[in-house]
Amino acid sequence: MSALLRVEDLRVCFRMMGPLKALATGTKSPFIEAVCGVSFEIRKGETLALVGESGSGKSTIARTIIGLQRAVSGSISFDGQEIEELSGTERKPYLRRMAMVFQDHVGSLSPRLTVRSLLTEPFRIHGLKDRDVGGEAERLLRMVGLPADFARRYPHQLSGGQARRVGIARALALNPDLIIADEPTAGLDVSVQGEVLNLLARLQDELGMAILIITHNLNVVRHMTDRMAIMYLGRFIEVGSTERIFEHPRHPYTKALLAANPEPDPDAVLNRIELKGEVPSLMRRPSGCEFHTRCQYAQDICTRVFPEPSASPHDTGHSFRCHFPLERETVAPVQERLGSSVGPKPARARHGRAYALATAVGTRKARPSTEDGSLRKISPKTKK
Amino acid sequence: MRRDHLTSHTSARPVLEIRDLNLDFGTPRGRIHALRDVSLDVPAAKVIGIVGESGSGKSTLAYTVMGLLPENADVSTGSILFEGKDLLKLPALARRRLLGDRLSMIFQDPMTALNPVRTVESQMIDIQHHEQGSRSEKLARALDMLQRVGIPDPQTRIGAYPHHFSGGMRQRVCIAMALLVKPALLIADEPTTALDATLEVQIIHLLKDLQKEIGCSVLFVSHHLGAVAELCDRVVVMYAGEVVEEGTVRDIFHNPAHPYTRALLECDPGRIRQKTRTLPTIPGEIPSLLGSKKGCIFRARCPQAFNRCVQESPIEYRMGLDQVARCHLLDKKRLVSA
Repeated sequence: MSALLRVEDLRVCFRMMGPLKALATGTKSPFIEAVCGVSFEIRKGETLALVGESGSGKSTIARTIIGLQRAVSGSISFDGQEIEELSGTERKPYLRRMAMVFQDHVGSLSPRLTVRSLLTEPFRIHGLKDRDVGGEAERLLRMVGLPADFARRYPHQLSGGQARRVGIARALALNPDLIIADEPTAGLDVSVQGEVLNLLARLQDELGMAILIITHNLNVVRHMTDRMAIMYLGRFIEVGSTERIFEHPRHPYTKALLAANPEPDPDAVLNRIELKGEVPSLMRRPSGCEFHTRCQYAQDICTRVFPEPSASPHDTGHSFRCHFPLERETVAPVQERLGSSVGPKPARARHGRAYALATAVGTRKARPSTEDGSLRKISPKTKK
Repeated sequence: MRRDHLTSHTSARPVLEIRDLNLDFGTPRGRIHALRDVSLDVPAAKVIGIVGESGSGKSTLAYTVMGLLPENADVSTGSILFEGKDLLKLPALARRRLLGDRLSMIFQDPMTALNPVRTVESQMIDIQHHEQGSRSEKLARALDMLQRVGIPDPQTRIGAYPHHFSGGMRQRVCIAMALLVKPALLIADEPTTALDATLEVQIIHLLKDLQKEIGCSVLFVSHHLGAVAELCDRVVVMYAGEVVEEGTVRDIFHNPAHPYTRALLECDPGRIRQKTRTLPTIPGEIPSLLGSKKGCIFRARCPQAFNRCVQESPIEYRMGLDQVARCHLLDKKRLVSA
């Protein structure tokens, strides 16, 4: 299948201070890079998830695709046509085929418009005046499972889940090929969250559109998506099929994120990497691998050299940026023993060699083993 | 009465005892019964979790204990005994003196909980106004507490304003302030909801460590089942203003007795190991709380509802040693087995 949306080397910057202040404070660049060099594609009917903590740039990507934010460089092509370069009016026919469900489900609905006007606004904007407006509103409400008399309500008369449904209905108005859902379940209760996700899945089965889901909730991703991309400070650090990443994450940050959602089971012994500290400020991007400040496996090389993306030997669609990618849990202990039997060597040389092997062969254990870097597993129940 | 029975065989008296609390909100459309016959105990040095969907009254309960309710709220019956004193009967000034001394609170949104125009230092010294000691002693205590909640370089950071801190750091400052006064009871109202997943884990562990260290009780309000499972000793499940089930964290998560608790647990996508495209949900919506209600509050959404649920409100049925649920089904089971 061909790519519906292709994003290549996208960079988005925000100005942090005016030129005078930059001059006065001696700041070299008054910009921060919210998204730096991101490439991905979404095929027709596919679901892709962008996952990351706040400030990782996932919403910025969505806003740039939909045209609410200009990119500094890079290309966005939709169905083979480059759209980043286009002006507002030239872009319009393409925007008709994409729709966004905004994160703030109540705030994105104008409080002065009824649900009917909200749902039919897309027709007015795109000049489709000949449509039967009342009938369309009813059809859309039925599609998202709301009764037809909701058309007369105002947003303040809707609950959180209902407002989210209206947001989805509005996005569906023009039968888009791509829906961008920004945190579709944030702030919703677990029972309502299930309803919204089931609705999206059902509509995708019926209408066959592609979905780009932006979320920090990995439980949502596992059940909903085909592929996922994990973002950290504006870059993709791991991309691959959802199933494979859940089964076998290669980047330590991915593993930490996967373990970060506490299990609803008091006896669960989590094999957890607990992250220390917070996401660094974009204004002070760490050198080398940007995750090294929080990574328990970080070595000397991580602070200096930015890791290039490497692909998994088992699956070419799975790539990650890490000097010392995680190996399978079951394999690790055996190879750790092998590593220690080599005997004491200068630590640096061994890591360098391991890294070279890992990138060349990809099957060997790349993690520095034994004394300094042994895999530390924290179980919340045994700790303290 | 089961409560009396409970208190007789536990050695220490609970820090907080809420008995048959009823609370209404007056609105133009009528009175909304936001809390109905809520009873719960918070034993000393334990963490009690309150879970439920939005609108279940869990935050209202927390605000009632703190005395932070809006003007249209009216407690019709019930008592809140805190260290033996009924908070609802205390004079306003005496009640206010308890806040920030024996009782303290962490709010949901760390972005708005701190005063934006004053430094963290002055706010942290202010909160110790009940304590004896000079300003420098209070400052030293504040610095020590900031260190304990994991804020690097507290000497320089304490002079900063709240907007200089990130969300996670601000929540740490809030926790430090709440625990600075060494309260007997800490009320945490969704303290991790506004934070990222990796920070949530950090904050939960921090709360747990500090609770052990200080030895206070915690009333932890959350809709996040994972957080509750990880932090709490006992769990109270609320639905539409009623306590439907109460028990130890293991009983509630491994052996839920009330259909609502079971449904709530099944909904959590984190529990579903197999990839699925259709997630379980609880059909229907929380019933309107306007007017008085007869029968079981959950019956409209309950898959096992029968005649009795419409006519009669279920009483509390005891399961095992320490688990209580309000459901007619439990009564039937007992009759069958007897």
